[in-house]
Amino acid sequence: MATQPAAPSRPTLRITPRRVLVHVLLSAGALLMLFPFYWMVSTSFKSLEEASQFPPTLWPSHWLPQNYVEAWNNAPFGRYLVNTLFVAVAQTISVIITGALAAYAFARMEFPGKNAIFLAFLGTMMIPLEVILVPNFIILKQLGWYNSYFALIVPWSANVFSIFLLRQFFLSIPRELYDAAEMDGCSRFGFLWRIALPMSKPALVTVSLLVFLGAWNSLLWPLIVTGSEDMRVLQVGLSAFQSDARVQYHLWMAAATFTLLPVVGLYLFAQRYFIESVAGSGVKG
Amino acid sequence: MLSAVRTRLARQGTSYLYLLPAFAVLLAFHFLPLLYAFYVSLFNWRIRQGPFLGLQNYADILTDPDFWDSLKVTFYFAAGVIPTTLVLSFLIAYALFRVTRGRAVYRLVYFLPYVTATVAVALVWRWIFHAQYGVLNWMLGFAGLPPQQWLLEPRGVVELALGAAGVAVPEWAAGPSLALVSIIIFTVWHGLGFAIVVMLAGLSNIPSELYDAAKVDGAGEWSLLRHVTIPMMSPTLFFVSVVSTIGAFQSFNSIYVMTDPAHGGPLGTTRNATMYIFLNFFEFTKLGYASAAAFILFLIIMGLTLFQMRVLGPRVHYQ
Repeated sequence: MATQPAAPSRPTLRITPRRVLVHVLLSAGALLMLFPFYWMVSTSFKSLEEASQFPPTLWPSHWLPQNYVEAWNNAPFGRYLVNTLFVAVAQTISVIITGALAAYAFARMEFPGKNAIFLAFLGTMMIPLEVILVPNFIILKQLGWYNSYFALIVPWSANVFSIFLLRQFFLSIPRELYDAAEMDGCSRFGFLWRIALPMSKPALVTVSLLVFLGAWNSLLWPLIVTGSEDMRVLQVGLSAFQSDARVQYHLWMAAATFTLLPVVGLYLFAQRYFIESVAGSGVKG
Repeated sequence: MLSAVRTRLARQGTSYLYLLPAFAVLLAFHFLPLLYAFYVSLFNWRIRQGPFLGLQNYADILTDPDFWDSLKVTFYFAAGVIPTTLVLSFLIAYALFRVTRGRAVYRLVYFLPYVTATVAVALVWRWIFHAQYGVLNWMLGFAGLPPQQWLLEPRGVVELALGAAGVAVPEWAAGPSLALVSIIIFTVWHGLGFAIVVMLAGLSNIPSELYDAAKVDGAGEWSLLRHVTIPMMSPTLFFVSVVSTIGAFQSFNSIYVMTDPAHGGPLGTTRNATMYIFLNFFEFTKLGYASAAAFILFLIIMGLTLFQMRVLGPRVHYQ
């Protein structure tokens, strides 16, 4: 039987009314997602008079970059930024350390009570933040940690979701690899440090991004466990700035812009990792 | 023989050392506080521990109309956010999955709000919703609609909509306040990207052979969606609904920034259960009382999660 000529494998993209409609709707949605950012930036360059005009102007008539200087100097935002970065980085590192150790034990070791302990760990995910707010506040006060970096970092330095994710990853490392390494005289910790962790980079990136974002964005916890201005993180600082009695939306928008900038920059730079992390957390978690 | 046993025991012993750091943190700041929260809730605990009250705090909370209102706000909020997020994100992900051009750009844009800090973007939306200078009221003008009070509006949306048509609505049917609906709109905008990305991943996990087989059997687009895509997506839809439920019940940042927290928004219509607990703790320093309220909320969330697992779980189709 004569072979038929192969059909063109590349799909031809015809412009159909339906395709156009889908793109029009998707673009309209995309504009809706972006508009608040546009509005934030455009307001941040306006004068107070122009910002409080109705109807509003879509484009600043005079650009005032000095709004950013004024907003930045309105509160110790430099200090807030350093606090936030320090807390977020310290939390991320400690979650990875505690998480990798525990995940390794759950994935590769046999010991009595393993399943019960694992279930108990998973159970902590059920406890809502509201319930542990008051007792932790009392405990931290008694420890003398109130209004300190310890209070911001230590309670969140282990995270069950991260343990779970790393454990899944460690389980996918073939047993033979472990046995071979052991034959070569590699200790259990050596295997974790030199083989398992380097192999788990995707999971480590996921954990880091999720923990870092969570720390960067949290408000309720820092609001409760810190009191003085020099211990404030960005979100607390920004919410204190915007509850100022004077209404100054142009400066608030400037402050919102520079608060968002580091994470949005990181996102645009490493969006693939962000999106894959979240997608992975949903499908595999 | 004996030494082999000893080595095994020693190895098992060191296994616990690996668990120790995480265990210590979870025990000290998650497990024990849960028990301690219950203990605190039995006392008249202001800044310091006061007299033992037994279950008096619980009784007081259950007879406090503000508490019931805060539960109503919480449920309205969840009922507004969850279905809207599920439907919109499914439609967008479904459309995105089928376009070839520009998918990456769309995905980048739709996901962007999710990575932004709630406090900052909630502040931006407060400005958009501003009753006097807000850009949204300006846009309403183009559609020939009267300006709204948005975040300052305590009246329910049903009351407002039917009131405009001249129909009086009884109080129980007034619906969530426009202020709360404004926060719901913000929350959907903020969280949509997460749901879209998870749904996209779910869609791309459906084996294409399933579609091919159904097409051979003569299935049209609608029945592909109905009989292949949706059943195969049920684990993802379930996951997104569970995550959004937990998120909706613990929502705090947006409400704190967008409406006056000390008064629970206009006439208390945006004071959800989390805000109720926070105010009792932080503003009124009623620590025992706040703990008891948190415990009640905990039981409600647990009940709901079990309900979701029991009722929705069996309908989920796993591969």
